[in-house]
Amino acid sequence: MTGIYIHVPFCKQACSYCNFHFSTSLRLKDDMVEAIIREIHLRAPNWPWQAVDTIYFGGGTPSLLSGLELSRIYDALSMYFDLSNVKESTLEANPDDLTPEKLKSLADSPINRLSIGIQSFIERDLQYMNRAHTSEEAHKCIEDAYKMGFDQLTVDLIYGVPGLTSAEWEDNLNNLFQYDIPHLSCYALTVEPKTALHHQIKTGKSDPPDEALVADQFQTLQTMSEHNGYEHYEISNFAKDKQYARHNTSYWFGKPYLGLGPSAHSYDGQHRQWNVANNPKYIKSMQSRQLAIETEYLSDADRYNEMVLCRMRTMWGMNKADLEGLSEVFSKHFLQEVKPYIDNEKVIESADGYQLSRAGKLLADKITSDLFYID
Amino acid sequence: MKLIRNFCVIAHIDHGKSTLSDRMLEITQTIGEREMQDQALDNMDLERERGITIKSHAIQLYYPAKDGNTYTFNLIDTPGHVDFSYEVSRSIAACEGALLLVDAAQGIQAQTISNLYLAIEHDLEIIPILNKVDMESAMIDEVSDQIIDLIGCKKEEIILASGKTGQGIPDILEAIVDRIPAPTGDVNAPLQGLVFDSVYNPFRGVVAYVRIMNGVLNQGDTVRFVNTKKEYDADEIGILQMNQVPKKKLEAGNVGYIITGIKISKEIKVGDTVTTVDNPCEKAIQGFEDVKPMVFAGIYPIDNDDFEDLRDALEKLQLNDASLTFEPESSAALGFGFRCGFLGMLHLEIIQERLSREFDQDVITTVPNVSYQAMLTKRGSEEFNVNTPNDFPDPGVLAYVKEPYIQAQIITKPEFIGAIMTLCLDKRGELKKQIYLTQERVELHFDLPLAEIVFDFYDKLKSVSKGYASFDYQPLHYKETDLVLLELKLNGEPVDALSALVHRTKAESIGRKVCKKLKDLLPRQQFMIAIQAAVGAKIIARETISALRKDVTAKCYGGDITRKRKLLEKQKKGKKKMRQVGNVEVPQKAFLEVLKLGD
Repeated sequence: MTGIYIHVPFCKQACSYCNFHFSTSLRLKDDMVEAIIREIHLRAPNWPWQAVDTIYFGGGTPSLLSGLELSRIYDALSMYFDLSNVKESTLEANPDDLTPEKLKSLADSPINRLSIGIQSFIERDLQYMNRAHTSEEAHKCIEDAYKMGFDQLTVDLIYGVPGLTSAEWEDNLNNLFQYDIPHLSCYALTVEPKTALHHQIKTGKSDPPDEALVADQFQTLQTMSEHNGYEHYEISNFAKDKQYARHNTSYWFGKPYLGLGPSAHSYDGQHRQWNVANNPKYIKSMQSRQLAIETEYLSDADRYNEMVLCRMRTMWGMNKADLEGLSEVFSKHFLQEVKPYIDNEKVIESADGYQLSRAGKLLADKITSDLFYID
Repeated sequence: MKLIRNFCVIAHIDHGKSTLSDRMLEITQTIGEREMQDQALDNMDLERERGITIKSHAIQLYYPAKDGNTYTFNLIDTPGHVDFSYEVSRSIAACEGALLLVDAAQGIQAQTISNLYLAIEHDLEIIPILNKVDMESAMIDEVSDQIIDLIGCKKEEIILASGKTGQGIPDILEAIVDRIPAPTGDVNAPLQGLVFDSVYNPFRGVVAYVRIMNGVLNQGDTVRFVNTKKEYDADEIGILQMNQVPKKKLEAGNVGYIITGIKISKEIKVGDTVTTVDNPCEKAIQGFEDVKPMVFAGIYPIDNDDFEDLRDALEKLQLNDASLTFEPESSAALGFGFRCGFLGMLHLEIIQERLSREFDQDVITTVPNVSYQAMLTKRGSEEFNVNTPNDFPDPGVLAYVKEPYIQAQIITKPEFIGAIMTLCLDKRGELKKQIYLTQERVELHFDLPLAEIVFDFYDKLKSVSKGYASFDYQPLHYKETDLVLLELKLNGEPVDALSALVHRTKAESIGRKVCKKLKDLLPRQQFMIAIQAAVGAKIIARETISALRKDVTAKCYGGDITRKRKLLEKQKKGKKKMRQVGNVEVPQKAFLEVLKLGD
């Protein structure tokens, strides 16, 4: 089974914090859809897996694609892949795009799960982040999506925005909990280099996120989501009734995925590949039926490190069974390096594995880095 | 002997000494064009890159002069930095003349003047040359006036030249013949040769460069070095062209080399006199000094496993550079390393860089300090050297401690006098002299504690003078001082590698700066870190690093994994290189950067 990721590199406007690959000019949208279809024809025949488990449209803003465009991409995929067992077909969408008409056309498409970028219900924060929608649109699109029959919904929220108080963060969460959404992704605002936000902070136009406050809001998030019946199954992901995001979870378990579209990454268990992160270059190379792709071979150590990196972020952690499957160099190394963190209660040793404790989750990067194996 | 001319070139860094030398080599066809690589005399990579000559060399040229005779020129190259003033003085002592080379755009610099004074002291005939006259920014009249003021020559005696275009080079060659006196010396007297430099050749051992003052050196002679009292056989002697050219004999007035199979460079000392055992000369040539290191610092391998490799590298460097000293020492924070002695701060930097380039050894260098002299109160005790903070005795048993002073010459523009005075006074200096060389150039003399130069003097001098100050120094004397041990502590644990010997009046300000700097350099950890500076039991400065509360990436999906993995791998590699002080992890960068207190 494989996952398929399709990157839609267009946005109506640029959110100030975003460092994903996108363009705010829609001029090349038609050419892009053609190019993605060409990439499918080029790459799908050589992809070792035919049975598809999950499909994910990310971006950018995939909700800028029309129902027709989505269907064309599906049609192309179905020429090479067995889509009969696709359990999850997600589309990332922005509230301002999710008009009742749009929702209707999506409901008629193979999309069965919407990931809505709400980010906040507070007008001030939406403006701070240069989001295209209003608080009102945020509420309304959730209600409309339900009405249209989308029961597989996931919503993104961002905390740690400078100026967001702890009380406001609780309000944001409560606003969301009232909709009883099966899945949440909550991200700490991250200042990435080469973003507008980074520039604003560097030039003193905005304060940087306050680390202590971010940590507090993360704690609040853990407590409140648990009270409301969510399982904190990955650092930034929460699910009710085990409705985990299948596609994303497959990343964390090292499953193969084929990434289509500019900047999209693929993984076949041994190599990671990524397409050129430039719309015209990508389109041009697809028009001439050439891949514009870089490939990285992952050594055993790389794969061990990625395993640690991804697994330790999840509630499943590093399984003892998985550890036994690794070569002894790595399993020994892991057990040796994890020891001090068990001692200071950042890592919990359970019957089947090693998981981050609540305190450990706050320091996940530092801990995983220490668990890494470097020659 | 009448057809020999021995001379050196006195110039500031970048004033075109190497280029000019190259043009002379070309014109006399000492090197074919094919061999010609720019700046042929600087044969260490590092020298070529920095454009400065660290080790001096000599070369023989043959010049067919207008008078019909072919002259033998011995061009003796001099090292171009303040730390090497003794070596310069020995090169000068081997010559009868000097080319004073001044950049027409920049004017005379401090170092040129102090070397010029050395040359005048040794009665050298000075040929003034204004170089780079082809440049648009050349100030020919103004700089000529500076030269006239300095050496009292006539304007028409100054040769206008350009190493780049070759202008003036024929005039220089003729002037060397006409103005520089031929060497005097008695071929029939006992052998008396001045060792003005030595180099190490891995196959041949130490090669000594000598100027024969009197007598004749024959191949196979048993020679004695007067100051070291060592005797060897002169296995091979010869003259220096682009390569060594063996000869049967070297006569008074000439310059050449001796190979005796000595493998240890310390056994040949620059400034020593060489004579024969059979017929020794009566006196040694004056001016010999046993050069002692002035500045000491710990040098540690980044990886403790590289200790033996570092020892190897230092030994090899020492073969080439007898002024480098080292002995093993250990530090609680850094493990095993070496206490190294240097002539000065540039020498230290050069060694560090050569370790890195030639031996692939990246090292951690601890706070440098000068060599102090201390005396205990205990009856019958003798003065001893303090070369490391660890040697510093308990203040309770200390009778006194002395620190070395230098005499510094600074040449600058009058508008910067105020700022430079402030800087030097702040560095505990005392103004001794102020001389206007011209209306636009003033020479300041200060007595300064060497320890103050070791810290951040060069950078500060550069910044307060906007780069318009040149600096040179000579060691002066030792003077009693009020020295304290400034200790640095991380969570109460002293870090020996960051401790320093400082003047009592400076302890607090340095302590504050170091604490502040460390606060920026230490990564936050899962607990709070207290950074303290202490003198004895008294804490004089403190900074606190709050505990790391959060270190977790928000997103980790398909496209993030590679980037994230690489980032955390880098972090892990950085951590591998960290040193553990108690429970605190200290990155190597902290040891290196903490000394840069200027910024």
